[in-house]
Amino acid sequence: MLEVLPIASITRDVPITWFLGLGLAMFILGGIGVVTRRNPVIVFMCIELMLNAVNLTFLTFAAYGGSGINATPGGMAQAMNGQMMVIFVMAVAAAEVAVGLGIIMAIFRQKNDVDLDDMSTLRN
Amino acid sequence: MQSELYTIPSIDWSLVMPFIVVVITGVIGLLIEMFRPKQNNNAIVLVSLAGLAGAFALLIPQLGVTTTTTFAGMVLRDQFGVLLQLIIVAGAFLSLIFSEPYMKQRRIAHGEFYPMALWATSGAMLMVSSDNLLMIFVGLEVLSIALYCLAGLARDEQRSEEAALKYFLLGAFASAFLLYGIAFVYGITGSTSLAVFMETLARAPGINDLTVLFAITLLLVGFGFKTALVPFHQWTPDVYQGAPTNVTAFMSAVSKVAAFGAFARVLEASLPVQEFWMPALIVITILTMTVGNLAALVQKDVKRALGYSSIAHAGYVMVALLAYLQDPAKGSLGTVITYLAIYTFMTIGSFAVLSLTAVNKSEGTRYQDLYGLWNRAPLAAGCLVLFMVSLVGVPPTAGFLGKFQIFQDAMGAGLPLLAIALAINSFVSAYYYLQIVRAVFVDEEGALRVQSAPMNAGLRFALVICAVGVMPILFAPILSQGKQTVTLSKMIESGAFLQRPVASVPLNPEPGEKVEQITPSAPLSTVTGN
Repeated sequence: MLEVLPIASITRDVPITWFLGLGLAMFILGGIGVVTRRNPVIVFMCIELMLNAVNLTFLTFAAYGGSGINATPGGMAQAMNGQMMVIFVMAVAAAEVAVGLGIIMAIFRQKNDVDLDDMSTLRN
Repeated sequence: MQSELYTIPSIDWSLVMPFIVVVITGVIGLLIEMFRPKQNNNAIVLVSLAGLAGAFALLIPQLGVTTTTTFAGMVLRDQFGVLLQLIIVAGAFLSLIFSEPYMKQRRIAHGEFYPMALWATSGAMLMVSSDNLLMIFVGLEVLSIALYCLAGLARDEQRSEEAALKYFLLGAFASAFLLYGIAFVYGITGSTSLAVFMETLARAPGINDLTVLFAITLLLVGFGFKTALVPFHQWTPDVYQGAPTNVTAFMSAVSKVAAFGAFARVLEASLPVQEFWMPALIVITILTMTVGNLAALVQKDVKRALGYSSIAHAGYVMVALLAYLQDPAKGSLGTVITYLAIYTFMTIGSFAVLSLTAVNKSEGTRYQDLYGLWNRAPLAAGCLVLFMVSLVGVPPTAGFLGKFQIFQDAMGAGLPLLAIALAINSFVSAYYYLQIVRAVFVDEEGALRVQSAPMNAGLRFALVICAVGVMPILFAPILSQGKQTVTLSKMIESGAFLQRPVASVPLNPEPGEKVEQITPSAPLSTVTGN
């Protein structure tokens, strides 16, 4: 069932570490962006990048059958565990976008500015 | 194999009924708001409270029931989960019941508060009643996304929106870490089930060390954010201060209980590789208690001080949890649950009293704004004093019993460092709690200018329940009959917290390789013990 050709050839020819490395790089870049950028929209884009890195990692493990001792490449139930997770992550990310942009809009209406450095009304 | 995959498992709806009742009640509340907009919220309040009471009533009979799973192992019912769900529902009920008068005073009486709070409650309930990381994640997000909205409920106020944005960005950031951790757990085991994770770790200790370490570190960071442990606590004081007080009350109890419930399960599943995280968590716990209390000392805003206090209390709960994980014979999850229950009453009660400071759209929560509260609202002031005394942990209160139990557990489990840090921190914390008590009784000229909202029935009800909740009488049998007879622990022991059937888990062993399956009735801890 899962032996669809393209995936099979990819998992044969490309080492798993390449995909995991790409995921890690995306995750780290996203993390750096969250810490350094000052516009909440861009910060949020960076968080989305991190979530996509997570999705990539899930799909990698699903396609390669994991890296652990239970690994059986092509195990269907296992692969579906990961792919199912990806669907949920995407749904949750979409919900977060709705709420996050709503909050950013509310702030923009109040003061025509959304710079994170200017948000300091909450202090001791 | 194929046919097994596609048979639809039989579903035991009784496990998810409390959860469904809460969700449906939220939908009904939203429909009421839709059909009678711009009217008072009384109908929504009544429906919401009735729904929560119904969920509570449905949960009570489940207390003695044996551990089962349903929905193909996605939903788990055990004593631990049911007890935490009871605390969550009670906490939601208490923080909803005083909300309406407060929101009216602040002119933010939006009807959608109640459905959102109910859905957040359902997320929290889901979070503590599953040992599958997928469900824990979904529950966490249902809880968090609703809370982001609730924190920004006062749409016209800059500080409320600021709190919402900070909470949202840091919460989503933390979720990304948690998810990345889950991804590696999945990579190691091929499943998102914690039972499989634990079994895999126990079966082959030392395998994939780096990956396991990486996964557990990421999970710790994610849950550290949610439970507000110290290096990851910065959002807490801001959000507690900026969010409307009723939302803060809700958040401080419900979200904390849920996060600790899930965290406990994750840590328990990681027990086979205890040496990776135990030392780090001990340091984090000490830091959490100390930083939380020291920072609270210098605050000028009561809500902010209570935010730091909640960080410190997260540290106390961690001590109990670590004591249990270090030595399940000496420590117990009963202590964790008892303390979470006591803390729920103390913190919701305190914030309920603080809600009185909102008058005519404006709200002050600095120490000066409490001046003379004793003269204006003796019941509220008296209750606040009681809660503060209990938060310090002065002997006759339940707060003392809880802390004493934690202290004993930590000493017994061979974590004297944590026990001593806990004791010292309790003394330090007395200073700022007593400052709040002092403010209530200040009777000088400035006190005359301070206004507070009139007392109302809902608040009175919440305060009386919370005050009863911190009465030691409820927990008195615990100490008189010695440590082993803690009522809650006893229930957990007899209900066998760890008996999780893992039958429905799709493990795919290599053909020919013999995989030892744990029998459904054997506690997982026996796998760990050796």
